[in-house]
Amino acid sequence: MARSPARPHAHGGLTSQSRIPNHALHLIIVRLFLLTLLNGLTLGALYFMVASGFTLVFGLMRQVNLAHGSLYLLGGYVGYEVGLASGSWFVGVAAGFASMAVVGLLLQVVLFRHMEGQDLRQTLVTIAISIIAADLMLAHWGGLAYQFDPPEWLFGATPMPLVNAYPTYRLALLATAIVIGLLLWFFLTKTRVGMMIRAGVDDRAILSATGVNVQRVFAITFAIGAGLAGFAGVVGGTALSIAPGEDNRYLLASLVVVIVGGMGSVPGAAIGAVLVGLAEQFGLAYTPTYGIAYTFLIMVLVLAIRPQGILGRPG
Amino acid sequence: MSAIAPPSAALDTLPGGTAARRRYPVRPQHVLVAVLLVIYPLLATDFWTLQIGAQSLLLGVIALSLMFLAGYGGMVSLAQMTVAGLAAYMMAIFGVSAIPVSLGWPWWVVVPLSLAIATLFATFVGALSVRTEGIYTIMITLAIGMAVFYLAQQNYTVFNGFDGFKGLEPPVLFDVNWRNPLPFYYLCLTVAVLCYFAVLYLSRSTFGLSIQAIRDNPRRMRALGFNVNLHRIAAYAFAGFVAALGGVLSAWYNGRVSPGSIGIHSIIGILIIGVMGGLRHPIGPFVGAIVYVLMQTFAIDFIDRERFNTLIGTVFLLIVLFSSDGLLGLWDGIRRRLTAPRGQRRAVASKEE
Repeated sequence: MARSPARPHAHGGLTSQSRIPNHALHLIIVRLFLLTLLNGLTLGALYFMVASGFTLVFGLMRQVNLAHGSLYLLGGYVGYEVGLASGSWFVGVAAGFASMAVVGLLLQVVLFRHMEGQDLRQTLVTIAISIIAADLMLAHWGGLAYQFDPPEWLFGATPMPLVNAYPTYRLALLATAIVIGLLLWFFLTKTRVGMMIRAGVDDRAILSATGVNVQRVFAITFAIGAGLAGFAGVVGGTALSIAPGEDNRYLLASLVVVIVGGMGSVPGAAIGAVLVGLAEQFGLAYTPTYGIAYTFLIMVLVLAIRPQGILGRPG
Repeated sequence: MSAIAPPSAALDTLPGGTAARRRYPVRPQHVLVAVLLVIYPLLATDFWTLQIGAQSLLLGVIALSLMFLAGYGGMVSLAQMTVAGLAAYMMAIFGVSAIPVSLGWPWWVVVPLSLAIATLFATFVGALSVRTEGIYTIMITLAIGMAVFYLAQQNYTVFNGFDGFKGLEPPVLFDVNWRNPLPFYYLCLTVAVLCYFAVLYLSRSTFGLSIQAIRDNPRRMRALGFNVNLHRIAAYAFAGFVAALGGVLSAWYNGRVSPGSIGIHSIIGILIIGVMGGLRHPIGPFVGAIVYVLMQTFAIDFIDRERFNTLIGTVFLLIVLFSSDGLLGLWDGIRRRLTAPRGQRRAVASKEE
C-alpha cells in the first residue's frame, strides 16, 4: 500500500493455525494497539475542541446548548463553501470560526438574553433551533458527505516508529488541539475577560454585584464557544468528513465529555475528551458491535462515583 | 424551573376553588369527551381511527410519562422514548418476528418480560440522574438515549443493527385480530385511560405530593426526613412503566422496531409533544400528541413533505417562546383573559409574562 490506512483494520485470523510467524504476529498486535491509541488521541483532540466551547457556555451560563452540534455542522459547511470559493483552506477555517461566532453572538443577544434565569426554556429553544437548522442544512447541502482537502504540506503520511506511517493531518490536529487548549488556558487565566468568565462560573451573582456587565461577558463567551464549534467543524470535516447526522454525533460527544470532565472546566474537558476518544476507538477496533458501550460505561462510572465530573465542583 | 407552572395552579382555576380539589368532580364536558372517545371509531374511517386516533393515544401515553417526571417531578427526562423503544425491542427479541434473532416466546411471557426489563432500565436511568442538579438531567438522559441508539444501530447479534425487527404482530385473542383498527383503538384507549387516571390519582396521593414537594424544595424535604433520591428514583420507575406500556403498543402499531424508533428525532418528538401540550396536567400530553399526529399527517398539504422537521421545529419554537406551558398554558391564558372583569384584563395579561 502506498499510503498508510487512516483507520485500524481489525485482523480476524490471529490464531495459531495462521501461517504468520510469532514475531510478526506480535508486531501486528502491537501495531493495531498503537494505531488505535493514536486514533483515539487525535479523535479526543477533535472532541476537546468541540466540547471546550460547550463546557464554557454550560459552566458560565448554566445553559445546555443543544444546538452545539448544529453549530459544528454549519461551521463545517460554511467553511467548505468559503474554502472552495477562495481556494484556501485556511480562509475556510477562519470563515468557519468567524461565521459561527457571529451566529452565537446573535443567538445570545436576540434570544437567550431575554430568557435570563429560565434554564429549561433556553434549552428547549436550543433544541428547536437545532431541529430547524438540521433540516434546513439538509435541504441546502443534501445528504452527501463533504470532505475537505487540507493544504499540500499537511497531506500524506508521516513516518513513525513501529506503525510505519501515520496521517500527517491527524498529527496536526493533535497539535492544534494542544495549541487551542493552551490559548484557552492563557485567555481564562491571564486576561481580564477570562478572569471574569471564571469568576462567573463560580458565582454569577457576585460577579454582577462587582459591576461587571454580565450580559456582555455572556455574549463573548457564547460567541467564543460557538466559534470554537465552527472551527472544529472545518478542521474535523477535513479529517473525517461532514454529513447530516454528524451534528448529533458531536453533540453526544460534547455531552459525554462534559459529564465526565466536569461542567465549566476546560482541563476537565481535555481529560474527558481523551478518555472518550480512546474509549470509542478501542471499542471500534476490538469489539466493533459494542463500540459505544465503552463510552457509555465511562459515563456511567463517573456518574456513579463522582456525579459532578472528574474536575467538576460539587453542587 | 420557572418555565413550568406547578400543577396545583391549574386546579385553582376550576370553578369551586379548593372544594373542587377535594372531590373528583365529573362535569358535563368530561362526560362529553368520554362519550366522544368511545364512539369515535364508529363515526370515523379506519384511517382516522388507527393512524390518527390510536397513534395519538399511544404517543400520548409515552409523553404522559415525560409529563409525570417533568411536570410533577421537575425532572425533564429525554430517555422516555428510549425506555419505550427498549420495551418494543424486547418484544421483538423475545417474541415472534420475521427476523431469525427472535426467540419466539409466547406473548403472555414476552409482554410482562418487556415491561419489566424496560422499567428496570428506567430505574437505572433514574439512579444515574438523580444525584445531579435539574438541568443536568436533560444532558444525562439525552446522552443515555443516544448511546442506546448507537448501540442498537451497531449491534447485530442482539439488536439486528440498522434493519431492526419487523413482522411484530399482536396475538390473536378471543378470535379477535387486535391489529385491526377497531380493536386496536379500544386497546390503546383502555391503556391511555388507565394511565391517565393512574397519574391523576398518583398526583394527589402521598407519593405524588411528596414528589411535587421535592420538585419545589428538595432541601426542605430532606430536612423533613424524606429520602429525596429514593422518591425520585421511584418516580422514574413509575414513569418508565408507563412509557413501557406505550412502547409495547407502538411495537404492535408499527409492526416493526428499528434504531430510527429510538433515534434523536423520536426522542425529541416526545419532548415536543409533551411541551407542546403542556406539562402541567395529564391531559396535556394527549392534546400535544393529537396536534403532532395531525401535523405529521397533513403537513404535506401545506409544505414540501421533506420539510416536516422545519415545520414542527418552528411550531415548537413559537410555543416555547410565547407560552409558559404549551397549548394548555395558551388555553388558560385565553380563558383568564375572557373571564376576568374588564378593568383587570390588562393586569391579568401582564401577570402571566
